[in-house]
Amino acid sequence: MSSTKYILGVFDDPDEMMHGIDKLQKNSVPIYDVYTPMPIHGIEAKLNIKDSRLGYAAFMFGCLGGTIMFSMVYYMLVHDWPINIGGKNFFAIPDFIPVTFEWTVLWTSFGMTFTFFFASHLFPGRTPRVMDLRATDDKFVIAINAKGNIPHEDITNLLKEAGATEVKHNDRKYVSYE
Amino acid sequence: MASHSESIIREPLITGKDITYGQITNDVLRPVENMPGKAWWIGFSVASLGASLWVFAISWTFWFGLGEWGLNKTVGWAWDITGFVWWVGIGHAGTLISAVLLLFRQNWRNSINRSAEAMTIFAVICAATYIAAHMGRPWMAVYSLPLPNQYGSLWVNWNSPLIWDVFAISTYFSVSLVFWYTGLLPDIATIRDRAQGLRRRIYSVLSFGWTGSVKTWQRFETVSLILAGVSTPLVLSVHTIVSMDFATSLEPGWHTTIFPPYFVAGAIFSGFAMVQTLLLIARKVLGLENYITMFHIESMNKIIMLTGSIVGVAYLTELFIAFYSQNEYEQYAFANRIAGPYWWAYWSMMTCNVITPQLFWFKKIRTNIPLSWVLSIVVNIGMWFERFVIIVTSLHRDFIPSSWAMFYPTWVDVSVFIGSIGVFFTMFLLFIRVLPSVAMAEVKLLLKSSSEQAKKKLMDEGHVEPAEAEFYIASLEKFDSVNQSEYLKA
Repeated sequence: MSSTKYILGVFDDPDEMMHGIDKLQKNSVPIYDVYTPMPIHGIEAKLNIKDSRLGYAAFMFGCLGGTIMFSMVYYMLVHDWPINIGGKNFFAIPDFIPVTFEWTVLWTSFGMTFTFFFASHLFPGRTPRVMDLRATDDKFVIAINAKGNIPHEDITNLLKEAGATEVKHNDRKYVSYE
Repeated sequence: MASHSESIIREPLITGKDITYGQITNDVLRPVENMPGKAWWIGFSVASLGASLWVFAISWTFWFGLGEWGLNKTVGWAWDITGFVWWVGIGHAGTLISAVLLLFRQNWRNSINRSAEAMTIFAVICAATYIAAHMGRPWMAVYSLPLPNQYGSLWVNWNSPLIWDVFAISTYFSVSLVFWYTGLLPDIATIRDRAQGLRRRIYSVLSFGWTGSVKTWQRFETVSLILAGVSTPLVLSVHTIVSMDFATSLEPGWHTTIFPPYFVAGAIFSGFAMVQTLLLIARKVLGLENYITMFHIESMNKIIMLTGSIVGVAYLTELFIAFYSQNEYEQYAFANRIAGPYWWAYWSMMTCNVITPQLFWFKKIRTNIPLSWVLSIVVNIGMWFERFVIIVTSLHRDFIPSSWAMFYPTWVDVSVFIGSIGVFFTMFLLFIRVLPSVAMAEVKLLLKSSSEQAKKKLMDEGHVEPAEAEFYIASLEKFDSVNQSEYLKA
């Protein structure tokens, strides 16, 4: 039995890689993941990847930040320690706007970015699980789970026909650092 | 990315022939992966000397107190707040290039956003040191935060623009840092996967485990876009709030409703000038002429010209409103600026900020690299004078002539300012040594659509009308690294 875990199609050109995806899909070969050195537009639709929901997270965090700051300012300046400035209103809403705005932005940015890190399993020092070291440099890599798939030679041929410069049969899931 | 081709008559964003994805990485990472050259060492030595001067002068200030500065009872804010506003202003171009130009889909930002964002971070750090230092007792800076303290529930005054400033600057710094670092992750991963030994370990920690999978890229782009969306109003709010530090007072010369837009335009003006100052040197020293092209330089010069004109209109508006207000104190403040003891500062400001940027109307000047560099420094000097004029000339003569005074900087004032420039350049030079100064992933995105070779391919394949091709070839003269004869053969 073959010890290959993943078959990698390595492409030099993003257009050829997209062509490779089409070919694999036409032949009902499920794709495990695609690794690229830059974002490729239009690939999500091809791979049936749902839209990111980070926008909702950003909105929720923004609302939370704004509410917390406004409540804090209200508590401090209206309830806990009102300051009489020339007999003006304690609840001076226009004066509360700048800091409320700043915290809305701050919470939106931090909340959404940390959600992104959490969802994508990114954190300082995490072992990078890279399948091919050149995928962050100049190669475009399609990874196919070898287990239970059609004969490996067929996949290799499909990838080569699509323009893959190299097809690798990896018997380890990740090549780097582990 | 490769799904569209850009119009042939648009200038290429990447010049040079036979550029590949791999070559972009090699070109950008050359200063990171190799020992620095002589130019870097000379720059770094000078900058570190400046930084040491800053450490000495700021330690002197903390040890002996603010009496070591030239401040007096009349001019209580001088070079400190001038330096603060100047640095915050310089910090604005980074977010503007990253965020606003991203929202407007201006692809030319891709080559310059990384350095500009780094510049933002370092400039805001310099600004923040001024704020902490000018308090006199910087260990008390913690009281600007709403923390329960030993005086009981004595909170900060949320009605005060000074506290808005604390929140605006700290938010701006934090958000810029997050924006910058998140954008760096794919490029740090590139360095990691090419490095060996200890460097690989360090960059591995810094890369957060980035792999470049499709889903991560999709989320990354969403995050970038939303961060750009929230940073854009943030840029406007920060300098608006800085201007309110002045505008909400009753000081003649400060109490002006034009301050918010005028400060924002001035900030963008000085920020772009500093980006220009840095990048014109960096592209040459780091060999990035193919990525930071004449088109980039010219575009930035156009923005400098636009914002310089807005600033010029703001100066004239101030004068007109002072005249129209019929307020004698206001009128005197402006007459004093123009012809008082600090006339030289006012006229330096006018010359540097209003007159010189107008030279960029001439194409020959805005596409001339040495002249652009000199003019960018002139703008930086002019913007420093602008802040000096606003602060010192307004304060030194206000309502009561008996309290009028002059401000003379001491050697500590001068050293703190020159030293802060040293700190800034030290940080920038270290940055270009350890992190990519051009956003590789974003530049790679342009290779198939907006590069010189992509356009040449279109021409060679006959997709372009002859008239358009001719126009394109003629326009190539502008790009310093493009040889026209190559095209005439085609």
